[in-house]
Amino acid sequence: MRRDTPLIALALASAAALLWFIPFAWMAVASIREAGAGAADLASLWPSGPFGWGNFADAWSSGHFPLWYLNTVAVCGGILIVQCVTVSLAGYAFARMRFPGQNTLFALFLLQLLLVPPILVVPNLSTLVALHLYDTLPGIMAPYCASAFGVFLMRQTFRTIPRDYEEAAVLDGATRLQIIVHVLLPLSRPGLAAFAIVSVTTHWNEFLWPLMATSSPSNQVLTVGLATFTAGAEAGSEWGVIAAGTFLVAAPLLAAFVLFQRRFVSSFTLSGIK
Amino acid sequence: MVALTRLVARPLIVPAIRKRRPALAVLTPYLLLAPSALFLLTFTYWPVIQVIRSSLTVRGFRGAAHWGLENYSRLFGDAHFTTAVVNTLIYAAGTIVPSLVLALLFALALTETTRLTGTLRTVVALPMLIPLVAAASLFAFIFLPNAGLLDHYLAVFGVAETNWLGDPSLALGSIIAITVWKNCGYYMLFFLAGLAAIPRDLLDAAKIDGAGPVQRFFRITLPLLGPTLVFVLVIATLNAMTQIDHVIVLTQGGPSDATSMILFYIYQQAQQNFDIGRASAATVVSVGVLFALSMVSLRSLERGIHYET
Repeated sequence: MRRDTPLIALALASAAALLWFIPFAWMAVASIREAGAGAADLASLWPSGPFGWGNFADAWSSGHFPLWYLNTVAVCGGILIVQCVTVSLAGYAFARMRFPGQNTLFALFLLQLLLVPPILVVPNLSTLVALHLYDTLPGIMAPYCASAFGVFLMRQTFRTIPRDYEEAAVLDGATRLQIIVHVLLPLSRPGLAAFAIVSVTTHWNEFLWPLMATSSPSNQVLTVGLATFTAGAEAGSEWGVIAAGTFLVAAPLLAAFVLFQRRFVSSFTLSGIK
Repeated sequence: MVALTRLVARPLIVPAIRKRRPALAVLTPYLLLAPSALFLLTFTYWPVIQVIRSSLTVRGFRGAAHWGLENYSRLFGDAHFTTAVVNTLIYAAGTIVPSLVLALLFALALTETTRLTGTLRTVVALPMLIPLVAAASLFAFIFLPNAGLLDHYLAVFGVAETNWLGDPSLALGSIIAITVWKNCGYYMLFFLAGLAAIPRDLLDAAKIDGAGPVQRFFRITLPLLGPTLVFVLVIATLNAMTQIDHVIVLTQGGPSDATSMILFYIYQQAQQNFDIGRASAATVVSVGVLFALSMVSLRSLERGIHYET
Protein backbone atom coordinates (compact mmCIF):
# COMPACT_ATOMS: atom_id res chain seq x y z
CA MET A 1 0.00 0.00 0.00
CA ARG A 2 1.46 3.30 -1.06
CA ARG A 3 1.01 6.17 1.28
CA ASP A 4 0.46 9.33 -0.66
CA THR A 5 -1.93 11.07 1.70
CA PRO A 6 0.13 13.77 3.41
CA LEU A 7 0.52 13.24 7.13
CA ILE A 8 -0.89 16.68 7.84
CA ALA A 9 -4.15 15.76 6.04
CA LEU A 10 -4.49 12.64 8.16
CA ALA A 11 -3.78 14.61 11.32
CA LEU A 12 -6.40 17.22 10.44
CA ALA A 13 -8.94 14.54 9.54
CA SER A 14 -8.26 12.79 12.85
CA ALA A 15 -8.77 16.02 14.76
CA ALA A 16 -12.01 16.74 12.91
CA ALA A 17 -13.24 13.18 13.44
CA LEU A 18 -12.51 13.55 17.13
CA LEU A 19 -14.67 16.69 17.14
CA TRP A 20 -17.37 14.72 15.28
CA PHE A 21 -17.32 12.07 17.96
CA ILE A 22 -17.86 14.46 20.90
CA PRO A 23 -21.69 14.26 20.99
CA PHE A 24 -21.49 10.46 21.10
CA ALA A 25 -18.75 10.55 23.73
CA TRP A 26 -20.86 12.86 25.87
CA MET A 27 -23.90 10.63 25.40
CA ALA A 28 -21.93 7.57 26.51
CA VAL A 29 -20.31 9.21 29.52
CA ALA A 30 -23.36 11.14 30.71
CA SER A 31 -25.70 8.16 30.39
CA ILE A 32 -23.74 6.03 32.85
CA ARG A 33 -22.69 8.81 35.23
CA GLU A 34 -24.77 8.70 38.39
CA ALA A 35 -26.94 11.70 39.24
CA GLY A 36 -24.96 12.46 42.39
CA ALA A 37 -21.91 13.50 40.36
CA GLY A 38 -22.83 17.17 40.62
CA ALA A 39 -23.93 19.72 38.06
CA ALA A 40 -20.44 21.05 37.44
CA ASP A 41 -19.34 17.74 35.96
CA LEU A 42 -22.38 17.41 33.77
CA ALA A 43 -20.57 18.73 30.72
CA SER A 44 -17.28 17.02 31.40
CA LEU A 45 -16.23 14.53 28.75
CA TRP A 46 -13.78 12.95 31.15
CA PRO A 47 -15.19 9.60 32.24
CA SER A 48 -15.24 10.20 35.96
CA GLY A 49 -17.57 8.26 38.24
CA PRO A 50 -19.51 7.26 40.12
CA PHE A 51 -20.94 5.14 37.32
CA GLY A 52 -24.13 3.14 37.34
CA TRP A 53 -27.21 2.21 35.35
CA GLY A 54 -29.46 4.63 37.23
CA ASN A 55 -30.10 6.88 34.24
CA PHE A 56 -31.12 3.95 32.07
CA ALA A 57 -33.46 2.69 34.77
CA ASP A 58 -34.99 6.18 35.07
CA ALA A 59 -35.34 6.56 31.31
CA TRP A 60 -36.87 3.09 30.98
CA SER A 61 -39.43 3.71 33.71
CA SER A 62 -40.39 7.28 32.79
CA GLY A 63 -40.71 6.60 29.06
CA HIS A 64 -42.71 3.85 27.40
CA PHE A 65 -39.72 2.25 25.74
CA PRO A 66 -41.11 -1.30 25.34
CA LEU A 67 -44.17 0.12 23.58
CA TRP A 68 -42.11 2.49 21.44
CA TYR A 69 -39.73 -0.29 20.39
CA LEU A 70 -42.67 -2.53 19.57
CA ASN A 71 -44.40 0.16 17.51
CA THR A 72 -41.20 1.09 15.68
CA VAL A 73 -40.38 -2.51 14.88
CA ALA A 74 -43.99 -3.07 13.73
CA VAL A 75 -43.90 0.03 11.51
CA CYS A 76 -40.47 -0.72 10.01
CA GLY A 77 -41.29 -4.41 9.58
CA GLY A 78 -44.75 -3.76 8.14
CA ILE A 79 -43.42 -1.22 5.65
CA LEU A 80 -40.60 -3.55 4.62
CA ILE A 81 -42.87 -6.55 4.07
CA VAL A 82 -45.37 -4.66 1.91
CA GLN A 83 -42.53 -2.88 0.09
CA CYS A 84 -40.85 -6.19 -0.76
CA VAL A 85 -44.04 -7.30 -2.52
CA THR A 86 -44.76 -4.05 -4.38
CA VAL A 87 -41.13 -3.46 -5.27
CA SER A 88 -40.37 -6.98 -6.55
CA LEU A 89 -43.45 -7.11 -8.77
CA ALA A 90 -42.89 -3.65 -10.27
CA GLY A 91 -39.14 -4.18 -10.50
CA TYR A 92 -39.76 -7.36 -12.47
CA ALA A 93 -42.16 -5.62 -14.85
CA PHE A 94 -39.66 -2.86 -15.57
CA ALA A 95 -36.70 -5.23 -15.82
CA ARG A 96 -38.09 -8.05 -17.94
CA MET A 97 -41.13 -6.83 -19.86
CA ARG A 98 -41.91 -4.38 -22.60
CA PHE A 99 -45.22 -2.57 -22.68
CA PRO A 100 -46.76 0.67 -23.95
CA GLY A 101 -46.12 3.62 -21.65
CA GLN A 102 -43.20 1.93 -19.95
CA ASN A 103 -40.84 4.91 -19.93
CA THR A 104 -43.53 7.36 -18.87
CA LEU A 105 -44.60 5.08 -16.04
CA PHE A 106 -41.02 4.64 -14.91
CA ALA A 107 -40.51 8.40 -14.84
CA LEU A 108 -43.76 8.80 -12.87
CA PHE A 109 -42.52 6.21 -10.39
CA LEU A 110 -39.21 8.01 -9.97
CA LEU A 111 -41.04 11.23 -9.16
CA GLN A 112 -41.67 9.77 -5.70
CA LEU A 113 -37.95 10.15 -4.96
CA LEU A 114 -38.53 13.89 -4.70
CA LEU A 115 -42.15 14.17 -3.62
CA VAL A 116 -41.32 12.72 -0.22
CA PRO A 117 -44.15 12.31 2.31
CA PRO A 118 -42.98 15.08 4.70
CA ILE A 119 -43.70 17.67 2.04
CA LEU A 120 -47.20 16.29 1.45
CA VAL A 121 -48.26 16.05 5.11
CA VAL A 122 -51.29 18.30 4.72
CA PRO A 123 -53.11 16.44 1.92
CA ASN A 124 -51.91 13.04 3.15
CA LEU A 125 -53.43 13.69 6.55
CA SER A 126 -56.86 14.31 5.07
CA THR A 127 -56.46 11.14 3.01
CA LEU A 128 -55.66 9.21 6.19
CA VAL A 129 -58.74 10.60 7.90
CA ALA A 130 -60.92 9.69 4.91
CA LEU A 131 -59.54 6.14 4.93
CA HIS A 132 -60.07 5.86 8.71
CA LEU A 133 -56.33 5.29 9.12
CA TYR A 134 -55.57 8.40 11.16
CA ASP A 135 -53.91 7.58 14.49
CA THR A 136 -53.16 3.97 13.53
CA LEU A 137 -49.87 2.20 12.82
CA PRO A 138 -50.99 1.21 9.28
CA GLY A 139 -51.60 4.93 8.74
CA ILE A 140 -47.95 5.64 9.48
CA MET A 141 -46.89 2.88 7.08
CA ALA A 142 -49.28 3.59 4.19
CA PRO A 143 -47.43 6.37 2.31
CA TYR A 144 -44.24 4.28 2.25
CA CYS A 145 -45.72 1.02 0.95
CA ALA A 146 -44.58 1.86 -2.58
CA SER A 147 -40.93 2.75 -3.02
CA ALA A 148 -39.48 4.26 -6.17
CA PHE A 149 -35.98 3.60 -4.88
CA GLY A 150 -36.87 -0.04 -4.28
CA VAL A 151 -38.38 -0.45 -7.75
CA PHE A 152 -35.27 1.07 -9.29
CA LEU A 153 -32.98 -1.13 -7.22
CA MET A 154 -34.89 -4.35 -7.91
CA ARG A 155 -35.04 -3.57 -11.62
CA GLN A 156 -31.27 -3.25 -11.67
CA THR A 157 -30.80 -6.37 -9.53
CA PHE A 158 -33.09 -8.53 -11.70
CA ARG A 159 -31.21 -7.42 -14.79
CA THR A 160 -27.95 -8.80 -13.40
CA ILE A 161 -29.50 -12.28 -13.25
CA PRO A 162 -29.02 -14.37 -16.42
CA ARG A 163 -32.24 -15.30 -18.18
CA ASP A 164 -31.27 -18.95 -18.40
CA TYR A 165 -32.60 -19.55 -14.90
CA GLU A 166 -36.05 -18.27 -15.81
CA GLU A 167 -36.15 -20.06 -19.11
CA ALA A 168 -35.51 -23.35 -17.37
CA ALA A 169 -38.40 -22.58 -15.01
CA VAL A 170 -40.67 -21.63 -17.91
CA LEU A 171 -39.99 -24.97 -19.57
CA ASP A 172 -41.11 -26.59 -16.34
CA GLY A 173 -44.38 -24.69 -16.64
CA ALA A 174 -43.83 -22.06 -13.95
CA THR A 175 -46.00 -18.92 -13.89
CA ARG A 176 -44.49 -15.45 -13.71
CA LEU A 177 -45.31 -15.16 -10.04
CA GLN A 178 -43.62 -18.48 -9.36
CA ILE A 179 -40.60 -17.33 -11.35
CA ILE A 180 -40.32 -14.15 -9.30
CA VAL A 181 -40.78 -15.87 -5.94
CA HIS A 182 -38.84 -19.08 -6.50
CA VAL A 183 -36.20 -18.13 -9.06
CA LEU A 184 -35.44 -14.41 -9.03
CA LEU A 185 -35.90 -13.39 -5.41
CA PRO A 186 -33.57 -16.05 -3.97
CA LEU A 187 -30.92 -14.87 -6.43
CA SER A 188 -31.53 -11.20 -5.50
CA ARG A 189 -30.55 -11.42 -1.86
CA PRO A 190 -27.81 -8.77 -2.01
CA GLY A 191 -30.18 -6.28 -3.63
CA LEU A 192 -32.94 -7.06 -1.16
CA ALA A 193 -30.53 -6.73 1.76
CA ALA A 194 -29.37 -3.32 0.53
CA PHE A 195 -32.96 -2.22 0.15
CA ALA A 196 -33.90 -3.52 3.61
CA ILE A 197 -31.01 -1.66 5.25
CA VAL A 198 -31.94 1.65 3.65
CA SER A 199 -35.66 1.17 4.26
CA VAL A 200 -35.38 0.22 7.94
CA THR A 201 -32.84 2.97 8.69
CA THR A 202 -35.03 5.59 7.03
CA HIS A 203 -38.20 4.63 8.84
CA TRP A 204 -36.58 3.93 12.18
CA ASN A 205 -35.37 7.55 12.13
CA GLU A 206 -38.49 9.15 10.67
CA PHE A 207 -40.15 11.73 12.90
CA LEU A 208 -42.42 14.34 11.28
CA TRP A 209 -44.87 12.01 9.55
CA PRO A 210 -45.40 9.60 12.50
CA LEU A 211 -45.77 12.67 14.72
CA MET A 212 -48.53 14.13 12.58
CA ALA A 213 -50.25 10.88 11.63
CA THR A 214 -50.92 9.84 15.22
CA SER A 215 -52.34 11.47 18.31
CA SER A 216 -52.61 8.86 21.04
CA PRO A 217 -49.55 7.87 23.12
CA SER A 218 -50.21 4.18 22.42
CA ASN A 219 -49.31 4.75 18.75
CA GLN A 220 -46.05 6.60 19.34
CA VAL A 221 -42.88 5.32 17.72
CA LEU A 222 -39.37 5.71 19.22
CA THR A 223 -38.59 9.10 17.68
CA VAL A 224 -41.91 10.64 18.70
CA GLY A 225 -41.58 9.09 22.14
CA LEU A 226 -38.04 10.42 22.52
CA ALA A 227 -39.19 13.94 21.64
CA THR A 228 -41.93 13.97 24.28
CA PHE A 229 -39.65 12.23 26.76
CA THR A 230 -36.85 14.77 26.18
CA ALA A 231 -39.24 17.68 26.59
CA GLY A 232 -40.28 16.29 29.98
CA ALA A 233 -36.78 15.47 31.20
CA GLU A 234 -35.40 18.79 29.93
CA ALA A 235 -37.80 20.65 32.19
CA GLY A 236 -36.26 18.77 35.12
CA SER A 237 -32.70 19.21 33.77
CA GLU A 238 -32.24 15.46 33.88
CA TRP A 239 -29.54 15.41 31.23
CA GLY A 240 -28.14 12.04 32.21
CA VAL A 241 -31.59 10.53 31.70
CA ILE A 242 -31.91 12.25 28.31
CA ALA A 243 -28.52 10.85 27.29
CA ALA A 244 -29.64 7.37 28.33
CA GLY A 245 -32.96 7.72 26.47
CA THR A 246 -31.21 8.95 23.34
CA PHE A 247 -28.83 6.04 23.57
CA LEU A 248 -31.74 3.59 23.79
CA VAL A 249 -33.25 5.05 20.60
CA ALA A 250 -30.03 5.24 18.59
CA ALA A 251 -28.21 2.12 19.81
CA PRO A 252 -29.81 -0.61 17.63
CA LEU A 253 -28.87 1.06 14.34
CA LEU A 254 -25.46 2.20 15.58
CA ALA A 255 -24.66 -1.34 16.68
CA ALA A 256 -25.88 -2.78 13.38
CA PHE A 257 -23.77 -0.24 11.50
CA VAL A 258 -20.59 -1.03 13.39
CA LEU A 259 -21.18 -4.78 12.95
CA PHE A 260 -22.16 -4.78 9.27
CA GLN A 261 -20.34 -1.68 8.18
CA ARG A 262 -19.42 -2.72 4.67
CA ARG A 263 -22.99 -3.80 3.94
CA PHE A 264 -24.37 -0.50 5.23
CA VAL A 265 -21.92 1.66 3.32
CA SER A 266 -22.50 -0.10 0.00
CA SER A 267 -26.27 0.02 0.52
CA PHE A 268 -26.26 3.72 1.23
CA THR A 269 -24.00 4.69 -1.65
CA LEU A 270 -26.25 2.59 -3.84
CA SER A 271 -29.30 4.36 -2.54
CA GLY A 272 -28.38 7.87 -3.53
CA ILE A 273 -31.85 9.17 -3.10
CA LYS A 274 -33.89 7.13 -0.71
CA MET B 1 -22.97 2.19 -8.93
CA VAL B 2 -20.73 1.61 -11.91
CA ALA B 3 -21.58 -2.05 -12.06
CA LEU B 4 -25.29 -1.36 -11.88
CA THR B 5 -25.45 1.54 -14.28
CA ARG B 6 -23.55 -0.36 -16.89
CA LEU B 7 -26.42 -2.77 -17.08
CA VAL B 8 -28.93 -0.07 -17.95
CA ALA B 9 -27.64 -0.16 -21.47
CA ARG B 10 -28.35 -3.88 -21.89
CA PRO B 11 -31.09 -4.38 -24.52
CA LEU B 12 -34.43 -5.70 -23.40
CA ILE B 13 -35.49 -9.08 -24.72
CA VAL B 14 -39.14 -9.94 -24.91
CA PRO B 15 -39.67 -13.06 -22.83
CA ALA B 16 -40.85 -16.20 -24.51
CA ILE B 17 -43.95 -16.50 -22.32
CA ARG B 18 -45.57 -13.56 -23.99
CA LYS B 19 -46.03 -15.43 -27.23
CA ARG B 20 -47.77 -18.30 -25.56
CA ARG B 21 -50.56 -16.47 -23.74
CA PRO B 22 -51.18 -13.29 -25.74
CA ALA B 23 -54.48 -12.16 -24.17
CA LEU B 24 -53.24 -12.22 -20.60
CA ALA B 25 -49.71 -11.17 -21.46
CA VAL B 26 -50.83 -7.69 -22.54
CA LEU B 27 -52.22 -7.04 -19.08
CA THR B 28 -49.52 -8.77 -17.03
CA PRO B 29 -47.05 -5.86 -16.72
CA TYR B 30 -49.83 -3.53 -15.59
CA LEU B 31 -51.04 -6.06 -13.04
CA LEU B 32 -47.51 -6.31 -11.69
CA LEU B 33 -47.29 -2.53 -11.41
CA ALA B 34 -50.75 -2.21 -9.87
CA PRO B 35 -49.84 -2.65 -6.18
CA SER B 36 -47.13 0.03 -6.36
CA ALA B 37 -49.32 2.27 -8.49
CA LEU B 38 -52.18 2.02 -6.01
CA PHE B 39 -50.02 3.40 -3.18
CA LEU B 40 -48.34 5.98 -5.39
CA LEU B 41 -51.70 7.24 -6.61
CA THR B 42 -53.11 7.48 -3.11
CA PHE B 43 -50.13 9.04 -1.34
CA THR B 44 -48.05 10.79 -4.01
CA TYR B 45 -50.05 11.85 -7.07
CA TRP B 46 -53.53 12.37 -5.65
CA PRO B 47 -52.19 14.53 -2.76
CA VAL B 48 -50.53 16.83 -5.28
CA ILE B 49 -53.81 17.32 -7.13
CA GLN B 50 -55.71 17.63 -3.90
CA VAL B 51 -53.36 20.21 -2.44
CA ILE B 52 -53.54 22.32 -5.60
CA ARG B 53 -57.32 22.17 -5.39
CA SER B 54 -57.53 23.11 -1.74
CA SER B 55 -55.01 25.90 -2.19
CA LEU B 56 -57.40 27.42 -4.75
CA THR B 57 -60.50 26.89 -2.60
CA VAL B 58 -61.51 29.92 -0.59
CA ARG B 59 -63.77 29.31 2.35
CA GLY B 60 -66.29 32.04 3.07
CA PHE B 61 -68.87 32.39 5.82
CA ARG B 62 -71.15 29.43 6.65
CA GLY B 63 -68.94 26.97 4.80
CA ALA B 64 -69.58 28.52 1.39
CA ALA B 65 -66.55 28.00 -0.83
CA HIS B 66 -65.42 29.41 -4.15
CA TRP B 67 -62.35 29.32 -6.35
CA GLY B 68 -59.76 32.01 -6.02
CA LEU B 69 -56.22 33.00 -5.33
CA GLU B 70 -56.89 34.43 -1.90
CA ASN B 71 -54.91 31.71 -0.12
CA TYR B 72 -51.90 32.69 -2.18
CA SER B 73 -52.33 36.41 -1.59
CA ARG B 74 -52.74 35.70 2.13
CA LEU B 75 -49.65 33.47 1.99
CA PHE B 76 -47.41 35.95 0.24
CA GLY B 77 -48.80 38.77 2.34
CA ASP B 78 -47.81 36.91 5.50
CA ALA B 79 -44.53 38.22 6.90
CA HIS B 80 -44.03 34.89 8.70
CA PHE B 81 -44.00 33.10 5.35
CA THR B 82 -41.52 35.55 3.81
CA THR B 83 -39.25 35.01 6.82
CA ALA B 84 -39.63 31.25 6.43
CA VAL B 85 -38.63 31.45 2.75
CA VAL B 86 -35.58 33.59 3.52
CA ASN B 87 -34.61 31.26 6.39
CA THR B 88 -34.97 28.21 4.13
CA LEU B 89 -32.61 29.81 1.61
CA ILE B 90 -30.07 30.68 4.31
CA TYR B 91 -30.44 27.24 5.83
CA ALA B 92 -30.01 25.53 2.44
CA ALA B 93 -26.89 27.50 1.56
CA GLY B 94 -25.58 27.30 5.13
CA THR B 95 -25.93 23.54 5.34
CA ILE B 96 -25.10 22.52 1.78
CA VAL B 97 -21.85 24.45 1.23
CA PRO B 98 -20.06 23.52 4.49
CA SER B 99 -21.26 19.92 4.57
CA LEU B 100 -20.25 19.29 0.95
CA VAL B 101 -16.85 20.95 1.36
CA LEU B 102 -16.19 19.11 4.63
CA ALA B 103 -17.43 15.82 3.18
CA LEU B 104 -15.11 16.21 0.19
CA LEU B 105 -12.15 17.09 2.43
CA PHE B 106 -12.85 14.07 4.64
CA ALA B 107 -13.12 11.84 1.58
CA LEU B 108 -9.85 13.16 0.13
CA ALA B 109 -7.99 12.67 3.41
CA LEU B 110 -9.47 9.22 3.98
CA THR B 111 -9.23 7.79 0.43
CA GLU B 112 -6.60 5.24 1.30
CA THR B 113 -7.79 2.16 3.13
CA THR B 114 -5.92 1.62 6.36
CA ARG B 115 -7.09 0.72 9.82
CA LEU B 116 -6.89 4.39 10.87
CA THR B 117 -8.86 5.76 7.92
CA GLY B 118 -11.43 3.00 8.35
CA THR B 119 -12.03 4.01 11.95
CA LEU B 120 -12.17 7.71 11.07
CA ARG B 121 -14.68 7.04 8.27
CA THR B 122 -16.89 5.14 10.70
CA VAL B 123 -16.78 7.98 13.21
CA VAL B 124 -17.73 10.59 10.63
CA ALA B 125 -20.50 8.38 9.22
CA LEU B 126 -22.05 7.55 12.61
CA PRO B 127 -24.32 10.63 12.89
CA MET B 128 -26.22 9.65 9.74
CA LEU B 129 -27.48 6.54 11.52
CA ILE B 130 -29.21 8.29 14.39
CA PRO B 131 -32.61 10.00 14.12
CA LEU B 132 -32.50 13.77 13.73
CA VAL B 133 -34.56 14.04 16.92
CA ALA B 134 -31.89 12.05 18.76
CA ALA B 135 -29.27 14.46 17.43
CA ALA B 136 -31.52 17.27 18.62
CA SER B 137 -31.67 15.76 22.11
CA LEU B 138 -27.87 15.61 22.28
CA PHE B 139 -27.45 19.14 20.98
CA ALA B 140 -30.08 20.41 23.40
CA PHE B 141 -27.45 19.80 26.04
CA ILE B 142 -24.46 20.84 23.93
CA PHE B 143 -26.11 24.21 23.28
CA LEU B 144 -27.41 24.61 26.84
CA PRO B 145 -26.37 28.06 28.10
CA ASN B 146 -23.72 28.05 30.82
CA ALA B 147 -23.87 24.41 32.04
CA GLY B 148 -23.90 22.95 28.53
CA LEU B 149 -21.00 21.26 26.79
CA LEU B 150 -20.13 24.08 24.40
CA ASP B 151 -20.21 26.83 27.02
CA HIS B 152 -18.38 24.62 29.51
CA TYR B 153 -15.41 24.20 27.18
CA LEU B 154 -15.58 27.65 25.60
CA ALA B 155 -15.31 29.13 29.10
CA VAL B 156 -11.74 27.82 29.11
CA PHE B 157 -11.03 30.30 26.33
CA GLY B 158 -12.81 33.07 28.16
CA VAL B 159 -15.95 33.03 26.01
CA ALA B 160 -18.93 34.24 28.01
CA GLU B 161 -22.19 32.33 28.41
CA THR B 162 -24.07 32.16 25.12
CA ASN B 163 -27.70 31.40 24.40
CA TRP B 164 -27.08 29.38 21.24
CA LEU B 165 -30.68 28.47 20.54
CA GLY B 166 -32.37 31.38 22.26
CA ASP B 167 -30.58 34.27 20.58
CA PRO B 168 -32.31 35.20 17.28
CA SER B 169 -28.99 36.01 15.64
CA LEU B 170 -27.43 32.64 16.58
CA ALA B 171 -30.33 30.17 16.55
CA LEU B 172 -30.39 29.43 12.80
CA GLY B 173 -26.62 29.00 12.79
CA SER B 174 -26.89 26.50 15.65
CA ILE B 175 -29.58 24.54 13.79
CA ILE B 176 -27.34 24.60 10.69
CA ALA B 177 -24.43 23.21 12.75
CA ILE B 178 -26.54 20.21 13.80
CA THR B 179 -27.46 19.47 10.18
CA VAL B 180 -23.85 19.73 8.99
CA TRP B 181 -22.73 17.39 11.76
CA LYS B 182 -25.50 14.93 10.93
CA ASN B 183 -25.26 14.81 7.11
CA CYS B 184 -21.59 15.34 6.34
CA GLY B 185 -20.68 11.66 6.76
CA TYR B 186 -23.48 10.57 4.44
CA TYR B 187 -22.18 12.80 1.65
CA MET B 188 -18.61 11.66 2.38
CA LEU B 189 -19.62 8.08 1.47
CA PHE B 190 -20.64 9.24 -2.02
CA PHE B 191 -17.42 11.16 -2.49
CA LEU B 192 -15.40 8.15 -1.35
CA ALA B 193 -17.20 6.00 -3.91
CA GLY B 194 -16.64 8.69 -6.56
CA LEU B 195 -12.94 8.99 -5.73
CA ALA B 196 -12.50 5.23 -5.86
CA ALA B 197 -13.85 5.25 -9.42
CA ILE B 198 -11.19 7.67 -10.66
CA PRO B 199 -8.52 5.73 -12.58
CA ARG B 200 -5.22 5.69 -10.70
CA ASP B 201 -3.04 5.89 -13.82
CA LEU B 202 -4.59 9.26 -14.67
CA LEU B 203 -3.38 10.76 -11.42
CA ASP B 204 -0.04 8.97 -11.64
CA ALA B 205 0.53 10.22 -15.18
CA ALA B 206 -0.17 13.79 -14.10
CA LYS B 207 2.22 13.34 -11.20
CA ILE B 208 4.99 12.16 -13.51
CA ASP B 209 4.30 15.16 -15.73
CA GLY B 210 5.05 17.32 -12.73
CA ALA B 211 1.54 18.37 -11.67
CA GLY B 212 1.35 19.31 -7.99
CA PRO B 213 -1.38 18.04 -5.65
CA VAL B 214 -3.45 21.22 -6.02
CA GLN B 215 -3.24 21.10 -9.79
CA ARG B 216 -4.13 17.42 -9.83
CA PHE B 217 -7.16 18.09 -7.67
CA PHE B 218 -8.56 20.92 -9.78
CA ARG B 219 -7.60 19.50 -13.18
CA ILE B 220 -8.41 15.81 -12.70
CA THR B 221 -10.15 14.86 -9.46
CA LEU B 222 -12.75 17.62 -9.32
CA PRO B 223 -13.88 17.41 -12.97
CA LEU B 224 -14.17 13.64 -12.71
CA LEU B 225 -16.16 13.99 -9.50
CA GLY B 226 -18.63 16.28 -11.30
CA PRO B 227 -21.52 13.80 -11.56
CA THR B 228 -21.11 12.73 -7.93
CA LEU B 229 -21.04 16.36 -6.87
CA VAL B 230 -24.28 17.19 -8.69
CA PHE B 231 -25.88 14.07 -7.28
CA VAL B 232 -24.92 14.92 -3.69
CA LEU B 233 -26.04 18.50 -4.26
CA VAL B 234 -29.52 17.29 -5.19
CA ILE B 235 -29.78 15.07 -2.11
CA ALA B 236 -28.52 17.88 0.11
CA THR B 237 -31.06 20.31 -1.32
CA LEU B 238 -33.85 17.80 -0.81
CA ASN B 239 -32.70 17.27 2.78
CA ALA B 240 -32.61 21.01 3.41
CA MET B 241 -36.24 21.31 2.29
CA THR B 242 -37.68 18.26 4.01
CA GLN B 243 -35.86 17.71 7.30
CA ILE B 244 -36.93 20.02 10.09
CA ASP B 245 -37.26 17.57 12.98
CA HIS B 246 -34.65 19.44 15.01
CA VAL B 247 -36.50 22.73 14.52
CA ILE B 248 -39.71 21.17 15.83
CA VAL B 249 -37.98 19.68 18.86
CA LEU B 250 -35.53 22.43 19.77
CA THR B 251 -36.85 25.86 18.77
CA GLN B 252 -40.41 25.57 17.42
CA GLY B 253 -39.37 28.02 14.71
CA GLY B 254 -38.33 30.61 17.26
CA PRO B 255 -37.02 32.80 18.74
CA SER B 256 -39.18 35.29 16.83
CA ASP B 257 -39.26 33.18 13.65
CA ALA B 258 -35.45 33.00 13.47
CA THR B 259 -35.51 29.26 12.69
CA SER B 260 -38.86 29.00 10.94
CA MET B 261 -38.62 27.33 7.53
CA ILE B 262 -41.13 26.60 4.77
CA LEU B 263 -41.93 23.08 5.92
CA PHE B 264 -42.14 24.26 9.53
CA TYR B 265 -44.51 27.02 8.43
CA ILE B 266 -46.70 24.40 6.71
CA TYR B 267 -46.63 22.24 9.83
CA GLN B 268 -47.53 25.25 11.98
CA GLN B 269 -50.43 26.37 9.77
CA ALA B 270 -51.86 22.87 9.62
CA GLN B 271 -51.22 21.68 13.16
CA GLN B 272 -51.60 24.84 15.22
CA ASN B 273 -53.62 27.36 13.21
CA PHE B 274 -55.76 24.83 11.30
CA ASP B 275 -55.44 27.12 8.28
CA ILE B 276 -55.57 24.42 5.59
CA GLY B 277 -55.92 26.91 2.73
CA ARG B 278 -52.71 28.68 3.57
CA ALA B 279 -50.91 25.42 4.43
CA SER B 280 -51.97 24.05 1.03
CA ALA B 281 -50.75 27.13 -0.82
CA ALA B 282 -47.39 26.85 0.95
CA THR B 283 -47.25 23.13 0.09
CA VAL B 284 -47.89 23.92 -3.59
CA VAL B 285 -44.97 26.35 -3.52
CA SER B 286 -42.60 23.71 -2.12
CA VAL B 287 -43.90 21.03 -4.48
CA GLY B 288 -43.19 23.46 -7.32
CA VAL B 289 -39.62 23.92 -6.13
CA LEU B 290 -39.17 20.15 -5.85
CA PHE B 291 -40.60 19.65 -9.34
CA ALA B 292 -38.06 22.08 -10.72
CA LEU B 293 -35.36 20.29 -8.77
CA SER B 294 -36.52 16.91 -10.09
CA MET B 295 -36.28 18.13 -13.68
CA VAL B 296 -32.71 19.30 -13.11
CA SER B 297 -31.74 16.23 -11.11
CA LEU B 298 -33.20 13.60 -13.44
CA ARG B 299 -31.26 15.16 -16.26
CA SER B 300 -28.06 15.33 -14.23
CA LEU B 301 -28.61 11.76 -13.06
CA GLU B 302 -28.87 10.62 -16.65
CA ARG B 303 -25.72 12.51 -17.49
CA GLY B 304 -23.97 10.90 -14.54
CA ILE B 305 -25.00 7.46 -15.70
CA HIS B 306 -23.78 8.08 -19.25
CA TYR B 307 -20.55 9.35 -17.84
CA GLU B 308 -19.90 6.33 -15.71
CA THR B 309 -20.60 3.87 -18.53
